[in-house]
Amino acid sequence: MAANSSLEIDGDMEVDAFRRLFPLRYYEHYLGQSVRPDARPLAHARETTISLGPVTSVDGSALVKIGETTMLAAIKLEVMTPAADLPDKGCLAVDFYMPPVCTPNVRPGRPAEAAPVISKQLSDVILSSGMINFEELSLISGKAAWMVYLDIYCLNADGSLFDAALLSAVAAFSHLKVPLVSVNDNGRVTTVTGELLESKSELELVNKERRKLSFKSLPFSLTCLLHDKYILADPTAEEEDIMDTLVTVVVDSLGRLVSLYKAGGVVLANTSTVKDCIALAKRRAAELHNILVESISEMEVD
Amino acid sequence: MGMDRGDGRNPNQMRPLACSRNLLHRAHGSARWSQGNTIVLAGVYGPKAGTRKGENPELASIEVIWKPKTGQIGKQEKEYEIILRRTLRSICLLTVHPNTTTSVILQVVGDDGALLPCAINASCAALVDAGIPLKHLAVAICCGLTEQGSLILDPTKIEEQKLQAIANLVFPNPPTSVIPKGSSTSAEEPFEHGIITSVTHGAMPVDDYFNCLERGRAACSKISEFFRKSLQSDLPDNASKAS
Repeated sequence: MAANSSLEIDGDMEVDAFRRLFPLRYYEHYLGQSVRPDARPLAHARETTISLGPVTSVDGSALVKIGETTMLAAIKLEVMTPAADLPDKGCLAVDFYMPPVCTPNVRPGRPAEAAPVISKQLSDVILSSGMINFEELSLISGKAAWMVYLDIYCLNADGSLFDAALLSAVAAFSHLKVPLVSVNDNGRVTTVTGELLESKSELELVNKERRKLSFKSLPFSLTCLLHDKYILADPTAEEEDIMDTLVTVVVDSLGRLVSLYKAGGVVLANTSTVKDCIALAKRRAAELHNILVESISEMEVD
Repeated sequence: MGMDRGDGRNPNQMRPLACSRNLLHRAHGSARWSQGNTIVLAGVYGPKAGTRKGENPELASIEVIWKPKTGQIGKQEKEYEIILRRTLRSICLLTVHPNTTTSVILQVVGDDGALLPCAINASCAALVDAGIPLKHLAVAICCGLTEQGSLILDPTKIEEQKLQAIANLVFPNPPTSVIPKGSSTSAEEPFEHGIITSVTHGAMPVDDYFNCLERGRAACSKISEFFRKSLQSDLPDNASKAS
């Protein structure tokens, strides 16, 4: 735009006005010094907190905050008949909701177009990483298996939605305790709550105690913004609006690349950029793993 | 170890490509791209006046509609639409026709593996047929990693189900007469090596992903040769259809 390039940065113009009118130039001043306007270095992610078990009515839940982005994940298990061709496997259904509370762009009649995409990406990543062993979800081969309903609600959308959603899903699975089931006289498998346990002594329990699931590896993700030759890790919503090239890298605890998702964007990613993004993602995965392990041990102490 | 692919191809071989353009008479541009039995038909309508609410009126906008072969439209189709929209946005010159919308409609005619790359190639051909100004072509390829750790290109549906991981990659293909000088990437890497889009399924070791990139680039240069040859074989005085 010819008009902008001839404008000089006028000392009289307020910083806020300049930030709104010429956001890219405002950011480029800071990018040259490898920081962002809020003094966060380009390669650092925002402060992350995980809180396990905020919702008591479900079998597993977690509330995750990355900066201002907040995600609430809840898992409910239901007994169902497994598919005929996979009699020993359970099933997983992932849903990602962006209610109007999370961002001013979403309204009841205007759903966010990102929601079904993130929902599909999440279920792809969870299945690709092999985190859940579906055979562990089987109760009685061919007759009963667990159906896992994972619902993730975005409570505040401030950039890096997929990262926060994946972390909340992983945290909720870590918190999940499989409920007890028993077979009643009709041969139906039903869940058993605490009170029934004492009253009916002839209940045949299929599993003896509320167990947690075991995981082969945990996937963690990092979204980066590419602009010119800069890589901004964990962008906020403001940054995502201004610069449009996003790369999401998901690595797991075994060091494998679970997913590298780049959908278009002005900047083309060459091999060195991809290598840098993967290195940043690995560092972030180690960080997140520590945070998750800490929250689990804190919860078990209580 | 001998890679025995069902149809007798070797690991680096793609299925026969076919591209025909100008099939739909009402559309401003159309193309039918097939890779073996995976066939996608793309129609382009535009530029039409006006953009959707929330889009930047200083730029043109692209709208993608994906119609599957059977079944209802679900999350998978929405995901394909978003991927295609962002990929096509990055290759179009958006400032030439500001405040307009170009619609790309994709109809899956046959799905035998590598559906997303086929669709991207078809929509790029349709955009060229419609005369929408593009920076460069987008060429897409699907690489798969088998359980044994070897790479195959352009898998069929049966092969896809047995693969450990799949990477759908899209590379740019600028015309050879216009190479950007002093591009922002490092001097050793040419422009064609940048990735426009990468969508992977399944976990793979990091080194295998870089091998996929290399094989993908080599294959894309062959696809783009085919693409440009098929573009040139048309008569030069095609009547203009855009109103």
